[in-house]
Amino acid sequence: MSKRTVELELATPGVDARGEPLRVPLGVAEPDLGTEHMLINIGPQHPATHGVLRLVVELDGETVVRVIPHLGYLHSGFEKLGEYRHYNQIIPLTDRTDYLSPMANNVGFALAAEKLMGITITPRCTVLRVIACEMSRIISHMVWLGTTSIDLGAFTPFLWAFQERERIYNLQEMWTGARLTTSVTRVGGMMADVPDDFVAGLRHFTRTFPKTLSEIDRVLTRNAVWVGRTQGVGVLTAAEAINHSLSGPMLRASGVAYDVRKDKPYLDYETYDFDVVVGEHGDVYDRYLVRLEECSQANRILQQALDRLPDGPVNIADPRVILPPKSRAMNDMEAMIYHFKQVMEGVKAPVGEAYVGIENPKGELGTYLVSDGTAKPVRWRIRPPSFINLSALPRMAAGHLLSDLIAINASVDIVMGEVDR
Amino acid sequence: MNPSVDALRATFGTAIGRALESCGDTIVYVARDALLDVMAWLRDTPEQAYDYLVDVTAVEYRDRERPLEVVYGLRSLARRADLRVKVELDPQGDLTVNSVVPVWRGADWLEREAYDMFGITFQGHPDLRRILMWETYTEGFPLRKDFPLRGRFSRAEQVRQALAAHPEAHYSMEELSIAEAYEELPADMKERLRRGEHGKLPDSE
Repeated sequence: MSKRTVELELATPGVDARGEPLRVPLGVAEPDLGTEHMLINIGPQHPATHGVLRLVVELDGETVVRVIPHLGYLHSGFEKLGEYRHYNQIIPLTDRTDYLSPMANNVGFALAAEKLMGITITPRCTVLRVIACEMSRIISHMVWLGTTSIDLGAFTPFLWAFQERERIYNLQEMWTGARLTTSVTRVGGMMADVPDDFVAGLRHFTRTFPKTLSEIDRVLTRNAVWVGRTQGVGVLTAAEAINHSLSGPMLRASGVAYDVRKDKPYLDYETYDFDVVVGEHGDVYDRYLVRLEECSQANRILQQALDRLPDGPVNIADPRVILPPKSRAMNDMEAMIYHFKQVMEGVKAPVGEAYVGIENPKGELGTYLVSDGTAKPVRWRIRPPSFINLSALPRMAAGHLLSDLIAINASVDIVMGEVDR
Repeated sequence: MNPSVDALRATFGTAIGRALESCGDTIVYVARDALLDVMAWLRDTPEQAYDYLVDVTAVEYRDRERPLEVVYGLRSLARRADLRVKVELDPQGDLTVNSVVPVWRGADWLEREAYDMFGITFQGHPDLRRILMWETYTEGFPLRKDFPLRGRFSRAEQVRQALAAHPEAHYSMEELSIAEAYEELPADMKERLRRGEHGKLPDSE
């Protein structure tokens, strides 16, 4: 008998001689299934793997002995493509890496390119980018919450979470014209300023969103099934989490109070009043608590950002970096020359290299750019947070039951567009 | 300039190459043979305490004369300090460097990715296999500058190869040995796996 196919000796025709369905009598000793390990394959097309992740699992009975993840089904070679693109042309590629928080990826890339070129952005642009980042954090955590609760058998929070995500998506669409492929930043500014009724719409969202959060909290946090499925599962200690280079909610759930927004502030995050959410036990339950609370912290930041949103331009005034308005490009000789040079040659960056890490919903999204003085980077490296967080999965899952593997894998919060890039 | 550079020079002397600053980040070059000692020292010395590995990657320049660089991003979570350590390798020569997995487990997949994309061999890595490309991929290392953007084969040839591949060729030898299923494979696939470099056949010790 092939050991790869799980066929038990229990197989029966299903009905007895009289046509009645056979039932396995209770109390019968379990058949001797042997002691050899079993190999099963999960994915790449499986809803519980949250994308095209394939896990080959070695099982002893129902206990996971080893997990071998297989990646690369969504590999698109973004980093290679970036070496053949101008800096502004790379921004649409960043949408497609972590496609659950596209605006935050846009911001991460723009910040790195601006650090490389020594550009200081305008105050209004800074606040708008904070709004973009925190909106992304909420939608990403909402998707995580919804899909994870479905994995563990709770359907209602999924509907609530996706409804909230839909409201953010509407605002995103109002601002950028796209729901997913936002491409909202440019080097030195933004693709567009926010439309007139955006601020009112976002204010309405920040007022009503906490109600949904408290509803989700009431349904899940003290739910016996949820607690039983998540507490004590997939534990990583603080030392292990640091040694595995984890970041974001995964690191903080293990009790390490590290948040890039606080510890290496960008976009004036040090001037906002918010708390770094830290867990205690490093299990799936604490990761849930951390992400849930991060949503309300993100909501707080959004409210403060809306209050302080200054007037003024969103783009810097440098015509070598920012495209002139179309009307001027068609009527003004100088503006037309700048327009031509930017479109044909691109914006040149000085020789050097820059690394900027931002606190994305999944963890620290790093953008490492190396320039040799031309308009295209020599190397564009994405430090992918969910790729690195996923690398701890075999360590976390060993010794747990197969059903816990699903919970642990969900708690990592992977998005395969970013893992495979 | 990050004060760790002077401390490194005082401890390791000539193994520390030049140090420079770019956009506010300190970069220090380390001799290839001293890498593992330097990394362990940077992590374990209390005044340094670079306990967090941010990233491992590589950079190959368009200028063929310049060496290929392996880049390590280090961070001290307690001191909030960053340091970028680089090792230079000759792109035409031996692309081998010691693995830092004994120091940071987080380097595991990052080094596999650098191997997969650049062909850098990390000595001492517990499981150095391709990670994003499939294990039987033979076209080379995609992020090297001599690798064409569209790949080495035409689109038609790539599709043909993909359709001709046996789907089970995506099981690694390690997994097949768990399953003891090797004997049941078709003959052509056994042959294909036998040609693979990174698998170990169950019957060949």
